[in-house]
Amino acid sequence: MKNPLARVKGSGASGEGSHHWWLQRVTALALVPLVVWFMFSIVGQVGKDLETVRTWIAQPHVAVLLVLSLSLMFYHGQLGMQVIIDDYVHRSGLRLCCLRVTRVVLLVSGFAGAFAVLRIALS
Amino acid sequence: MAEFRLPANSRITKGKKHTDASDGRLRTVKVYRWNPDSGENPRLDVYRVDLNACGPMVLDVLIRIKNHLDSTLTFRRSCREGICGSCAMNIDGVNTLACTMAAEDIRGDINIYPLPHMAVVKDLVPDMSNFYAQYASIQPWLQADTPAPERERLQSEEDRSKLDGLYECILCACCSTSCPSYWWNSDRYLGPAALLQSYRWIADSRDDATGERLDQLDDAFRLYRCHTIMNCTRTCPKSLNPAKAIAEIKKRIARRK
Repeated sequence: MKNPLARVKGSGASGEGSHHWWLQRVTALALVPLVVWFMFSIVGQVGKDLETVRTWIAQPHVAVLLVLSLSLMFYHGQLGMQVIIDDYVHRSGLRLCCLRVTRVVLLVSGFAGAFAVLRIALS
Repeated sequence: MAEFRLPANSRITKGKKHTDASDGRLRTVKVYRWNPDSGENPRLDVYRVDLNACGPMVLDVLIRIKNHLDSTLTFRRSCREGICGSCAMNIDGVNTLACTMAAEDIRGDINIYPLPHMAVVKDLVPDMSNFYAQYASIQPWLQADTPAPERERLQSEEDRSKLDGLYECILCACCSTSCPSYWWNSDRYLGPAALLQSYRWIADSRDDATGERLDQLDDAFRLYRCHTIMNCTRTCPKSLNPAKAIAEIKKRIARRK
């Protein structure tokens, strides 16, 4: 029975959309060179033995770039998943649930990757 | 939730056949029919219409059907010259105005459906109440802080030209109803038409409410469901560019950060 205008106005603007949109673009741009470097470097390590790869990862510039790539990739992935969930999951309770779960899974994965690199680099 | 298949009571069945009494240059026209009172599924009626007996546009064909073949066919029309936006419908798979679409330009059978993903009132008439409410929500009027001058508020020619490509929008809803984001989230996403109209006031040098207007749009759903799919620009029967207007709004919001 609610009038259509009141329904459209809803609870008002969240004031958050632009921040997400901006971060998604910034992380995408930053990932362009990082992903190119990441792919070439990983392919370059194919077939090498464990010790060589560990020494390679332990170099400071490699460790920094790896941590940056991994954290940005997972963060960007989480931002992207949020877009997909907002688009397709309509029921608000389920939507919030999906958002939280994907956020936790992807951010924990990012931290785990960064931690793995740091452990090798700092040991 | 996104829907990939029509619900059972919306699946389209085969309809009736009607043939024009005059048989000059017969053309097959298939039209979506649904009557809320019948309790039946929608159907696709087939009409054989004599194109020599009516005007050149699809709207003329529909009027020929209504006047001579089947008076139960329901559709909206008014100006018959592309300025009122009443006869927006899906013709040959594209949202456009029946009055500016020539039947000759369509190859094969002419398929006519109501605007996609809108609740249907009857036949080709969609329920526009949400669409109009979204337009109302962007407050489509000039909001100035200064008291009204004795004569009109002046605007330079350059500032006036910024409204070109925006003021021509006739709110036919072809763009919004062609947008997948609008299909999935029309309850919260304003859609290209309302956003282009909003930008029409944001871009107006005489309007002082730009900040408030941008505040109202800074929302993951109202504005940022636009993923630059560009169906809006492609389908606009007035050749406007709602996608660009939306991009301009996003730029303005980003720039004030």
